[in-house]
This record gives sequence, structure tokens and C-alpha cells, in this order.
Amino acid sequence: MVTTIGILGAGRVGSAIARTALKAGYAVTIAGSGPAADIQLIVDIVIPGASAMSAAEVAASADLVVLAVPMHKFRSVDPATLAGAIVIDTMNYWQPIDGELPEVATDPRGSSEIVADHFATARLVKTLNHIGYHDLETDARPAGHPDRHALAIAGEPQAASVVAEVIERFGFDAVYAGPLEAGTAFEPGSTVFGGRHTAAELTAELEFAAAADDAA
Amino acid sequence: MQIGAYSFGDTPLNPDGSFRNTAEGIRTLFDAIVLADRVGLDYFGIGEHHTVSMPASSPGALIAAAAAATDRIILGSAASIISTDDPVRVFQQLATADAVSGGGRVEITAGRGSSVETFPLFGHDLADYDRLYAEKLDLLMTINNSPTETVSWSGSVRPAIDALAVVPRPVNGRLPIWLATGGNAASSARAGRLGLPVSYGIIGGEPHRFAPLTELYRRSAAQAGHHTENVKVSVATFGLVAPSKAEALERFYPGWHTLNVEMGRLRGWGAPDRRQFDAQVATPGAYYVGDPDDVAERIVHLHGYLGHMRHFLQGDFGGLPPEHLHESLTLLATEVKPRVARLLAAK
Repeated sequence: MVTTIGILGAGRVGSAIARTALKAGYAVTIAGSGPAADIQLIVDIVIPGASAMSAAEVAASADLVVLAVPMHKFRSVDPATLAGAIVIDTMNYWQPIDGELPEVATDPRGSSEIVADHFATARLVKTLNHIGYHDLETDARPAGHPDRHALAIAGEPQAASVVAEVIERFGFDAVYAGPLEAGTAFEPGSTVFGGRHTAAELTAELEFAAAADDAA
Repeated sequence: MQIGAYSFGDTPLNPDGSFRNTAEGIRTLFDAIVLADRVGLDYFGIGEHHTVSMPASSPGALIAAAAAATDRIILGSAASIISTDDPVRVFQQLATADAVSGGGRVEITAGRGSSVETFPLFGHDLADYDRLYAEKLDLLMTINNSPTETVSWSGSVRPAIDALAVVPRPVNGRLPIWLATGGNAASSARAGRLGLPVSYGIIGGEPHRFAPLTELYRRSAAQAGHHTENVKVSVATFGLVAPSKAEALERFYPGWHTLNVEMGRLRGWGAPDRRQFDAQVATPGAYYVGDPDDVAERIVHLHGYLGHMRHFLQGDFGGLPPEHLHESLTLLATEVKPRVARLLAAK
């Protein structure tokens, strides 16, 4: 069971996920790109309740690690520190933000599959990438609430079910899309990305995408 | 509280939705700045953009022209993308405009750019994003803080400057330099450490949630021992004022929709959602669209959280008819501003 969530990246996405996790009752550790002291004041004021650490300490301290660094910097995270860990990949390949990343642009696979090559020994799960960081904090609703939105999850089933429980506690319905390859159905440019869906609507969108993939 | 406006330029649209000449967007913007001065707005910001829909690529040139045609309004870049420009030129252009203005009406807001068009346009590598910004901000501040025309600086992103003249000097010695941020906590801490006033661009979510960032900014400034007079916060948001809230919404929505379709195409979002729009145009949303009472009350509400000294609005995108922009600027100056002053005084 997950009790501590570790977050790599103290930017807008990482901070929003950290606050959401704290609100859901998890212990939270968080790292920026440098030593813990660099982000201590930021964490104290902007993410009160979280513990600032180095990236390696975050990886070692957490039951679940969230990758929330800019896509063009994911290789700066040492994969050895995440061996065997369940890791949520929140990143998107966003050309207008990241610029042209040839290794991603020329690879027909989804961005999380490329990221998974780097973190070969981690159990990578794709989610939290298709909701805006503002919305994550304002749209959380208790289970059964008519306005509760759903978030898609892709990855191997066992790791995905651990992540699904966390997403549910964050205040969203979790919808399993399939293995990591299925993550392309909620990348930028998909009908899911940036939209708001109930669990039934999201399930229908993902089934439609899977059917279109099979037909292709 | 200063009340103002800002724009990235808004190229007018033909009836079929195609763009008219981008030069028309610049002329419209110039006319709007002159009007804003005449009706008594405190501030007008020009945000560097390089797209066909938003053609205000050269804040320095436009501000120099506006400086000659206005009397009282404060003019600033909002923001200049200094990462991909030469800080020497940015400083010289705005200092020239400052001289034309008579002195004391021109400011620079230094930003990194949330879009990346300027990197290929000016031949920079996005991999250097952080280093370019940090060093060029340092150069800009070095020039501004220099007691004389003679400046020396060295770094890794451009050749060193060894005791060369950078002219003209600002009339009052220095230009106000603001640091622009969209809410990244490290940027607030940096602004505080450097003792620069900070300008928040809040284009979504719930603006009052920026309160911890302003606290981080103020605490960082205090820790670094900076003077309080320079520690101040401004806020830029979407917004449009009309005689009634219904008219304001009706005028603002089409441009917002057009902008979001364009951004969605670029960034991979689906069609804009009307429910999202409706949530943003009332407290605690981020779009200050309404009648003068509504907009004034919401600015004062936000002031309770952020303590900002300037709030400025952008309503001209997606081909907003100029007469709607003009009425909004006029109402902002003549109706919203006195209401804000009254409400703050009564607090």
C-alpha cells in the first residue's frame, strides 16, 4: 500500500501533484534538479507539509514516484535510483513547449514507451498527463459525485492498479486503458487530452481509440 | 492600485475567419494605447509575440512610438523575451523610448517566453533555455544598475563586454525592470532574491491560489535584504469590461474561442469547453470579464490574497472589434479604477 509519494520536479506540475497528494492524506517527498536546500523555502511556503530532499533520497523514500520534469530533461534522472519502483510518467511531448526533440519526433511509439526505455528497470505507468495542473487542484471530487472526472492509466496491470487507487484518492475516477502502448490514446492531439470526461465518457473514448488502432 | 491593459497585438479577421494584414494589428494596438492614455489608464503593456494572430514582435519600437504620442500612461514590455534577444538592444530601445517619453514612464518586464517561436527565429537552442535566461537577465540588470554609460560584463551566452558605452542612460538613472512569471515557484524565489518587482501572468485556474507564491517572493526578498519599495507585485489576467456583464461575455467569448482553437491545434487540446469558460468568468475564476462593478469587486477580492499594486487586463485576441477594446479601456479607466480605489479605501 502506498503511504509516501515521491515527486521528482518542483515546477508547476510537481507542486500541484504534491499538494493534491498531501490533501489526499499521503506523505510527500519532493526534489528539484539540485540539492534539497535549493527548494526548501519553496516547499515550506508553496507545498507546506511536504519534505524537500535530493532526487536520490526521494526515490529511496517513496512507495511510488512521480516523474514531473520537463520532457526534454527526463534523461537527467538517474534510472538506477528507480529500479523496481512504480513510477508515474506525467510528461508529454509538447513540441511548442519542449521544442523539437528528434529522438521522440522520429519514434512512432508513444512518449512513455520512449521514457520506459530509459527507466528500463522501473515499472512505468502513464497518467496525470492529460489534465492541466490547475484543474488537478480545482476539479477533485469525492467518489460518486456527479461532476467527478476520470483520468486514464496505462501500464502493466499490477502497477496500474496501485496507481489507480492513488488516482481515486486524489479525487478522480481511474480508467485503465491497457499496457503502456495504449497511452497514445491520451497524448497531446488525442480527443482525451485536455478535455473533461466522466468515467463512462473516458472509457468510450479509449475503446474508440483502441478500435481505430486495431483497424489501422 | 494601478489599473491597466496589455496586448500581444490582435490581427483583425476577415468575415471568412482569415487574417487581415498583421500591420493592421499593430496600428490598432497603437491607437488603443493612445486612447488608454487619454482616458486615464495607468499602464499599458506590450507583450512580445511572433505569430500571425499576435504580431506585437517589437515592444521597444511600439513603446517608443507610443511614448511620443502619450502624456501620462506608464508603458512597458509585458514581457520582453530576453532569453532570445540581446539585452543590450532591449535596454537601449526602452531607454530611448524613456528619453522620448520625457523620463520615468517606461519599464521593462523580462520574461522567458512560454512559447518557443523565438528560439528558431533568432537561432537559439532550446536546450539552453535556463542558462540563456539567467545570464541575459544578469546582463540586463548589470547595464541598468551601471552608474555610468560604461559597462563591463562577461558570461557564456554572448561575447564579453569590456568597458563599452551602452547609451542612452534612462532619464531617472534606471528603468524599472520587472520579472515575469506564470507561476513557477522558482521564478518567484528568483525575483525575490534579485530584489526585482514581480509580474504574474495568471491565465487560468484560480488566481487567489497564487497567494503562497507572493509570500515566497516577499520572504525571498526579505531574506536577501532588499528594500521594500522595489518589492511589489503586479498581476496580468484576461479581461474585458462592457456596460453589462452579458455584453462583456458576448464580446469576449468569440475571441477566446478562436484563441483556444488555435492554441489547441498547436498544443494538442480538443475543442474549447463552454463550461470551462463559464467557470472562469466569475469568482474564483481567472477571466475578469464583466461590468465595472463586477470587475472592480473581483480585482479587490484578489488583492486581499496577493496584495498587488497593479492589475492589467488583456481582452484583445481572436479578432476583437476595436470599438469593444476601446469601450473596455475607457470603462476600466473611468469606472473600474475609481471603484477599486473606493473599495480598497473602505477595507
